[in-house]
Amino acid sequence: MSANMKKSRWLPHPFLSVALWLIWLLLNNTFSAGHMVLGAVLAIVIPILTAGFWQERVCVRAPMTLLKYLLVVLWDILVANVVVAKLILSPNRTLQPGFFVIDLDARHPLAISLLANTISLTPGTVSCDLSKDRKQLLVHALHLEDEAGTIADIKTRYEAPLNKVLPPC
Amino acid sequence: MLDTVLQIALAAVALAMLLSAWRLIAGPSKPDRILALDTLYINTIALLILLGLWLDSALYFEAALLIAVMGFVGTVALSKYLLRGDIME
Amino acid sequence: MEWLLSALILIGAGFTLVGSIGLAKLPDFYTRLHGPTKATTLGVGAILIASAVYFSLHQSLSLHELLITLFLFITAPVSAHLMAKAAIHIRTRSIQRTQNKPEFDSEHR
Repeated sequence: MSANMKKSRWLPHPFLSVALWLIWLLLNNTFSAGHMVLGAVLAIVIPILTAGFWQERVCVRAPMTLLKYLLVVLWDILVANVVVAKLILSPNRTLQPGFFVIDLDARHPLAISLLANTISLTPGTVSCDLSKDRKQLLVHALHLEDEAGTIADIKTRYEAPLNKVLPPC
Repeated sequence: MLDTVLQIALAAVALAMLLSAWRLIAGPSKPDRILALDTLYINTIALLILLGLWLDSALYFEAALLIAVMGFVGTVALSKYLLRGDIME
Repeated sequence: MEWLLSALILIGAGFTLVGSIGLAKLPDFYTRLHGPTKATTLGVGAILIASAVYFSLHQSLSLHELLITLFLFITAPVSAHLMAKAAIHIRTRSIQRTQNKPEFDSEHR
């Protein structure tokens, strides 16, 4: 609780506020001054009213790494889709589906969920289950050829930058 | 040209919806049906947006947004039902 | 510009169709999960971006389609994860040649 007290009273969650403001403007599909003001009021009031739901502290480090990570993921989504489309259209019997387990280094809950989402959106893998102690992620691959290579790929490509951006705090 | 492209696209999405509907009826397992329903929701969004382009009207956006939100909530509720045997606790 | 629009719409519809083909033809639930979560999400995303471009050109600037795109990209993996979790929980079978099948009595339940 003491950590919560230190935060600014009026803008407890700046990221949430900015996101709410942008979503308001997009929903109304306008950039007129009136909606900007109304959106700003909502963006300040809603985080204060719902502060009880946002107990967890999120501290984002290394914003440039985050930006690079987002670009890498976006590119990988495009590549993944072409790869998956090819796999889907190839005959079923050539597929070698398989499960594998990733031992997680990430500790921050947000980092883990972001990693799981990234895995689901990128080449031929869907995250299926997280073990109770949050240390292992069960992943299903549509076409698993090189298990160790795939795990190492996921670890260096996605998990390492995520750990840098969201260290445990 | 856009009209022809839209016709092709509408046909493709309609075919996609038929395939999803077939999976919804055929099953065989419960998660399969949930997945088919989820796909059907997303295909409906595509169909509505294409219809909006076809009729040159931005009105369909709100319907698409609502289906996106409700579809997600529905999928989560059905999955939770399978996981817990109960939606609300 | 019309070329870009047509390409986006065709790519989008194509991926949507591929996603549903995957849903209909792949052999077991866990493999079927891949089609809709990836192909369909990207396909619908492309169609939505085409719609944003179209209405921005023909009427006033229109960006609210991005909202649905973002929403889909955030929710698709979440619902896929939940469905996979539910499937593992009720012990949906995977096909015989699946590698490292999870033991349904181990900690992954």
